[in-house]
This record gives sequence, structure tokens and C-alpha cells, in this order.
Amino acid sequence: MSTQRQNPETETDNAEAEADTETETERNEVARRRAEQRERERVKENERATADAERYHLKVFRYDPEVEGKQEPRFDDFHVPYEQGMTVLDALIYARDEFDVSLTFRHSCRQAICGSDALFVNGRQRLGCQTQLSDLDQPVRIEPLPHQEVVKDLVVDMEHFYDQMESVEPYFQTTDRPEGELEEQRQSRENREQIKTSTRCIWCGACMSSCNVAAGDNEYLGPAAINKAYRFAMDEREGEEVKQRRLEIIEQEHGVWRCQTQFSCTEVCPKDIPLTEHIQELKREAVKSNLKFW
Amino acid sequence: MSQSYDRGLIEDFGRWREFSAGMWAWIFHKFTGWVLIGYLFTHVAVLSTALTSASADPATVAANQDLYTQTIQALESLLIVRILEVGLLAVAVFHILNGTRLLLVDLGLGLGSQDRSFYASLILTGAIVVASVPTFLAGVSL
Ligand code: HEM
Ligand code: SF4
Ligand code: FES
Repeated sequence: MSTQRQNPETETDNAEAEADTETETERNEVARRRAEQRERERVKENERATADAERYHLKVFRYDPEVEGKQEPRFDDFHVPYEQGMTVLDALIYARDEFDVSLTFRHSCRQAICGSDALFVNGRQRLGCQTQLSDLDQPVRIEPLPHQEVVKDLVVDMEHFYDQMESVEPYFQTTDRPEGELEEQRQSRENREQIKTSTRCIWCGACMSSCNVAAGDNEYLGPAAINKAYRFAMDEREGEEVKQRRLEIIEQEHGVWRCQTQFSCTEVCPKDIPLTEHIQELKREAVKSNLKFW
Repeated sequence: MSQSYDRGLIEDFGRWREFSAGMWAWIFHKFTGWVLIGYLFTHVAVLSTALTSASADPATVAANQDLYTQTIQALESLLIVRILEVGLLAVAVFHILNGTRLLLVDLGLGLGSQDRSFYASLILTGAIVVASVPTFLAGVSL
């Protein structure tokens, strides 16, 4: 919809140009101008009302320890004009570009693959770029991920999350050589199928943020790191020796046994990875490798 | 690392509204587990103190003068005790049903329907509790 309107003033240009010295006409002139002014305001008011009706109301968390006026966290309101297919990330970009350039958030790919824009939207961890505004109730409340320290506005400190990911050695290791003539490590179709979903993690941290256990225990590896460990522990190409070492990491005190099967991580994962299922499977692997009846 | 703002306990606490099935199941399971432990200890305390005043003489029992019997009868004649018993049944039934659900979850069975099995536990608990009310409240006066 166009928000531009014919300006009623143009019709009166001629009348104004005509010089008139009579006071009667002057008084008319003043009255007419007042009426025009009122009309213009009324039109503007209407325009604003119709435009607002097509705007999405965002409530965005603001905080910046380095700016005096923002040290006390607050929510700012933004009314963003809606376009079909608009995502939460699109709306934030609009708000930043048009209303407040200091609004800070991470984003990059806009297609749910870089994992930089996990946010807490209407009480749930979601990717901004993967969440349609039309699926949300208004006002849309946008906050930084819970259980992570806020650096500024919607930006949280991911360092701890990355540390946990690194601690499970998230890369392929093996002591075995490829079979026969082969130069590459080949994987069976069945084995690939088994680890398929676990390879899809984009390191967004949504799962870790949703997990109550991780919130209460900073040393807990967390769903994403355990899923990463699963991805390699279940990869048959790594061989038994490496798998045993992986299981030692997995079953450490703050490893898989901390999971209380609350399923929060599985609910929020934007890549639909069955995290709880993988954690449970690793628990059974750990038990199996420790139980010896002979 | 920059200075940062800790949003604290209050905000986290306010998130209970956004919990999904698995989270509620976890909370209820903790709660019911500890209520059962609490009941177990109260139960042992009440019975063991009442037992010391139980009479070994069959004549006293026959004459309805036995303190142990009187204690139990007095307790059972209170409406509040009967209502608490219904509550105890509710807590125990939910804990058993959801405990079975958790055992299945630990075995990796039916993880895809973990939310439905939680709702089923709730509904079944409700049905059993409602059905038990006439039995529990039989013969008690206000
Ligand atoms: C058939 C009966 C029961 C079943 C199937 C059952 C099942 C379970 C299961 C599977 C858990 C572990 C929950 C988890 O994985 O986080 C648990 C925890 C617990 N149960 Fe039971 N239970 C039963 C009876 C009882 C009774 C009679 C009591 C008390 C006297 C009790 C007290 C507890 C407590 C205190 C916990 C720990 C709660 C917590 O995590 O803090 N349970 N139960
Ligand atoms: S497991 Fe899912 S929610 Fe967790 S970091 Fe990876 S993609 Fe994000
Ligand atoms: S911007 Fe890359 S995941 Fe959303």
C-alpha cells in the first residue's frame, strides 16, 4: 500500500497567488488555512493509524554497560511495517536501519545455517531468520538467549558454549588406516544414516540456553557438545580405541549423566536434531562399555 | 570479556509459563518423589509412636480400649486426613506412571512421543484419583 497522499494544498495554489487587499478576503483566507491545516492533520492521523495496523509491534531488550542511559536494562518498542514473509531477523534489521542504528544483534547467513542469530523470542529459543513474524503473537518480545551473559542488547557471550564444544574434540580422529587401496575413509550407508541428524548442528547455542541443568551447572557439557561427541563416537571409521577415549569424555562427572531428560533442547533445536535421544543412546553406550560380567 | 548484566533468578523463575511437557514432567516427578519420601517418614513416625502404646492384651483390643487402634481410628475419622490420602494416592500414581515413562525414556523407547506419554500419565492419574474418591471418603463425617 502506498502511504503517499495527494496533498490538498495544491488545489489552493492559484488562490494564494492572487493578490487581494480586501480585509474580508484576508479573514476568509485565514479561516480557510486553518481548515486546511486541520484537514491535513486528520489525513496524517488516518495514515498513521492505517500504517500502524500493518506494523508489527516489537519489544526489544536493550542493555549496554558502556552507555550511561542503557546500563539499566529495558525494553524498547519498535513498530516495523510488515511485509509478507518477514522474519524476526528482517524486522530487527529494519528497526536497526530505520529507527535506531545502535540496536545490536548478530546475524549473517539469514538462512538458518550460520547459527549466529539464536534469540529468545516470545519465551522460546529460536533463530531470528527462521521465525516468521506471522507465527508470533504481538507484541513480539525479543531478548538475548537466557543463561548466557549479555554483552550488549541481543548479543550474548558465547565463549563458554564454544569451550564446551571444543572440550569434546569435535573433529575426526582415528588410528586406523584406510582399507586396502583406498586413500579416503569410507563410511557405510547405515553408519552415515545413524549419525546423519547429529551432523547438522550449526553451533547456535539455543539448546544450551534452554537447558535447566546447564543453567545450574556450568561444567555440564550441554546438549550440543554431547551431540557433537555422539557424531564422532558413533562414527565407525574412528575405530575402537578412539571411541573408548570419547566415551571417557562423555561419561565424566559433568557429562551425559547430568541430563535429566527434560527434552527442552530437543524442542528448541532449529535443525530438529533429536538431542535427548542422542544423549540417552550415549548413556547406554557408557553403561555397556563399563558393564563386564566376566 | 566485557562487563555484562546477569539477568538473574527472578527472570529465570518467570519462565515457568513457557515450559513444555518434558519440563513439567520433570518438575512433577521431583515434587512427587520428595512428597513420597516425606510421607514415608511421617508414616513411620506416626505408626512407631502409636505402636509403643499398643496393648499386647487381646482383652484390651477386644474392648476397643487399645491406644494404637484408637489413634488410627481417630486419624481416619478426620476429613482432612481422608483428603490428604486422596492427595497421597494422586502423588503416588503420578510418580509411578511417570516413573515408568522415564524408565522407557532411559531405554530409548518412544522418545518421539515423550510429551504424549506425559499427558497420558496425567490423565490416567486424574481418572484413578477421581475413581478412588468414594472409597477414600466413605463413612467420614465433617
Ligand atoms: C513403582 C514405583 C516407583 C517408580 C516406577 C519410580 C520411578 C522413579 C524414577 C524413574 C526416578 C528417576 C527420575 C529421573 O530419572 O530423574 C525416580 C526418582 C525418585 N523417586 Fe521414585 N519411583 C517409584 C516409587 C517411589 C517411592 C515409593 C518413593 C518415595 C518413598 C520415591 C521417591 C523418589 C525420589 C525422592 C526420587 C528423586 C527425585 C529427584 O530427582 O529429586 N519413588 N522415581
Ligand atoms: S544442537 Fe541444535 S540447538 Fe544446539 S547448537 Fe546445534 S543447532 Fe543449535
Ligand atoms: S542469520 Fe545465520 S542462522 Fe540466522
